Amino acid sequence: MVEVRAERASKPQVIRPMIGRDSQFFWDGTAVGELRIQRCNACGDLRFPPGPACPVCHALDRGHVVAAGTGTVFSYVVHRHPPVPGKELPIVIALIDLDEGVRMVGEVVDVGDDEIEIGMPLRVDWNRVDDELTLPIWRRA
Amino acid sequence: MSLSGKAAIAGIGATEFSKESGRSELQLSVEAVQHALADCGLTPADVDGFTTFTMDTSSEIAVARELGCGELRFFSRINFGGGGACATVQQAAMAVATGVADCVVAYRGFNERSGSRFGQFSVAAATQVNTNGLDNAWTYPMGLGTPAATVAMQARRYMHEYGASSEDFGRVAVADRRHAATNPAAFFYERPITLEDHQASRMIVDPLHLLDCCQESDGAVALVVVSAERARDLAQRPAYVSAAAQGSGVDQFVMTSYYRDDIGIPEMGVVGRELWRQSGLGPDDVQMAILYDHFTPYVLMQLEELGFCGRGEAPGFVADGAIEIGGRLPLNTHGGQLGEAYIHGMNGIAEAVRQVRGTSVNPVDDVQHVLVTAGTGVPTSGLVLSA
Repeated sequence: MVEVRAERASKPQVIRPMIGRDSQFFWDGTAVGELRIQRCNACGDLRFPPGPACPVCHALDRGHVVAAGTGTVFSYVVHRHPPVPGKELPIVIALIDLDEGVRMVGEVVDVGDDEIEIGMPLRVDWNRVDDELTLPIWRRA
Repeated sequence: MSLSGKAAIAGIGATEFSKESGRSELQLSVEAVQHALADCGLTPADVDGFTTFTMDTSSEIAVARELGCGELRFFSRINFGGGGACATVQQAAMAVATGVADCVVAYRGFNERSGSRFGQFSVAAATQVNTNGLDNAWTYPMGLGTPAATVAMQARRYMHEYGASSEDFGRVAVADRRHAATNPAAFFYERPITLEDHQASRMIVDPLHLLDCCQESDGAVALVVVSAERARDLAQRPAYVSAAAQGSGVDQFVMTSYYRDDIGIPEMGVVGRELWRQSGLGPDDVQMAILYDHFTPYVLMQLEELGFCGRGEAPGFVADGAIEIGGRLPLNTHGGQLGEAYIHGMNGIAEAVRQVRGTSVNPVDDVQHVLVTAGTGVPTSGLVLSA
């Protein structure tokens, strides 16, 4: 994580997420090293990406659980062109099926573009961009 | 009550398709509308409605001002990028079918190569202050933010699930470029490619090669929509709107819906089922199709969603020249957005009209019905146009 911090610190132009009231809890979580998944307090349904209402039971009462931070690759790409703000290309980006049953997009680091494959187990780590933003990143489990 | 057969595309118009138009996006749209009105013998005084994409930078009223139109009774815009293409015609058709307006022009004009390039990583898309921007917060900061990359993620999974290959995607590019090669309006006029060219083109985002990705283009297209009765009295053979549909799937996101169990394009299935329901037709009843081809893998996935073949069967369907002129289902006879130009799908609708009229430079025999689709990977739309 230390190397990652140093590498990214020189690239302040990394895209920052739009954050609203419905997603603030997720980014508060990354800041303290927690990968948070929205959980409906009424029916218990887990949901990512989050939102204000539960599509299953329609409750507006939501909380979250902290994910174990492990999952597997559902699909992936190797991005070579064109430039991506704040990134040295190529980068590997994957759809990750979390063990809790939700799916998210994440950059996979330290896995070669010829090594990444569907089904590969991954674990979450943290890219501390600056004091305001920490992004989840993924490494080989 | 049905929309089918109530309205028609009476006029089509376009600017040249280039990489550097040298004039404003508003001027491009105005020129295209002027051409479309002249095509069917109408004037700006006849127009009382406009419709375009939410993304278009030229408002309905700005276009009306430049054209010297009178009062407008109808104006509307469709969200979600290229997914709006066929929905602009749906808007126009519904307006004229209900008498809300008499003559509605759908237009799209941009300097999408010399100005803001859609193929680049869009900071604007990631920072828009609305739920589309919030949706993009889960992809763009992670580095996934070009159209090619978002599509490549689906293409990789499609290959994994169904055994599709890069060559299967390449057959779409070869067909498009073959058709563009004989279309003087196409940017890639007289420049066909082979499957070997496709395979040798550089990787953009694995598994997509450069030649899987459409062009960036400058240009504009306009379509004049009036009632079916009125269209019969105008200068051109009408292209009747037999069906016009929009589609959004369950748990839909802008671009792209990754959080469903199956990350395909079920929103196009919504469009297909509605097109067949409205028109009373089926896949065997259309002689050809214009399938939105910003990226080749989505053409295969569309063939499946629209019912031309079963799930995972598109690689076999597109083999052996089946989607080229003379094949079972010729696609994108203008050259598509890979070959002619990327005008957000509107140039494909114009080609469908030419095929219905019998004026395409790559005519398909005895065209009675043409299916046209709009942008994929986003909430989308489609049309069936008929002779």
